[in-house]
Amino acid sequence: MGAQLRIYRRRMRSVKATKKITKAMELISASRIVKAQQRVAASTPYANELTRAVSAVATYSSVDHPLTTESVNPKRAAVLIISADRGMAGAYSNNAIKEGEQLVALLRERGLETKSYLVGRKAVSYYKFRNREISGQWTGFSDNPTYEDAREVADALIEAFVLDAQVDPNGVDEIHIIFTEFKSMLTQNAMAKRMLPLEVVESDTPAPAGFLQMYEFEPNAEVVLDALLPRYIQARVFNAMLQSAASEHAARRRAMKSATDNADDLIKSLTRLANAARQAEITQEISEIVGGADALASASAGSE
Amino acid sequence: MTLKVELVSPTQRVWSGEAESVSARTIEGDIGILTDHTALFAVLVDGQVSIKGADGTTTEFGVSGGFLSVANNRVSILTESVN
Repeated sequence: MGAQLRIYRRRMRSVKATKKITKAMELISASRIVKAQQRVAASTPYANELTRAVSAVATYSSVDHPLTTESVNPKRAAVLIISADRGMAGAYSNNAIKEGEQLVALLRERGLETKSYLVGRKAVSYYKFRNREISGQWTGFSDNPTYEDAREVADALIEAFVLDAQVDPNGVDEIHIIFTEFKSMLTQNAMAKRMLPLEVVESDTPAPAGFLQMYEFEPNAEVVLDALLPRYIQARVFNAMLQSAASEHAARRRAMKSATDNADDLIKSLTRLANAARQAEITQEISEIVGGADALASASAGSE
Repeated sequence: MTLKVELVSPTQRVWSGEAESVSARTIEGDIGILTDHTALFAVLVDGQVSIKGADGTTTEFGVSGGFLSVANNRVSILTESVN
């Protein structure tokens, strides 16, 4: 076998091996998206009920709760970025990190200091490489977060929030979150949202008439808010993590699909090249044999 | 007239449907909810929640903390974990 042909065959073998890996990852991600989507759906009733409750309490109680009132002169903000633990997901983590950079720039313009809380190895290594300060980091569960993981993250944020930012360097006045919204299998958006103080309470449908009414609080509105808001933040963080996980799988599936397609193209063009090389080799061998036979024939004809 | 009851945890909807009455333990003590209860928002402590369904069967859940909200014959119970 000629040298050229051998090189082509070797490259084809390596591309085929890579293709097997990317194809496997594509299939794994595809099956996990469905599961992740179901988890998002399963967590929605709780999040909706909680949102409904928070909006009711916030609207119909006159309590000045630290969690709902905006600081007059905010000093510091916490930014929670949710990224992936592993790569091979195209621009998924990068998009979230970039969204974070934009938000941080925006907050700096407003004269706020920022504290970074990072979920996922990708964001952590991005910050570490740039020698930035990290106030909190959590890794190891980005593709399958549990409620306990979300609670741990949320509790760290709330802890920083209840400290007085004016005197305590660890305190923050605002909490922002950056996650990747799972719109559909094909569309995922990195987006930034403010969690605290409460902004607009989002709801897809307007509250039914007569729903918001005077509530009786037991024991009283203040205690209810105290108990409600940490849960609300936990649920928001949990929902963001689940959506991000679903987005991560979708992004990975897409990236691996295009890698598999590229491998296919590469194998096809390498096969063509290898065939041409083989044919050239055969043609050369034939012409060598013919040439050799001719030489032999003319040599023996001369001797007679 | 029945109550529309939902018992939800962060990971799933545990129970939902029509019920005659709901009882739960709040910070201030046990509470029973029947139809046309006034709008209420209560903090629950660890304990039992029992729901008497419209078909007469009673289901009990052990909850660890949570909230109970009642409005317009709609009861939602939010809890972190159910066992």
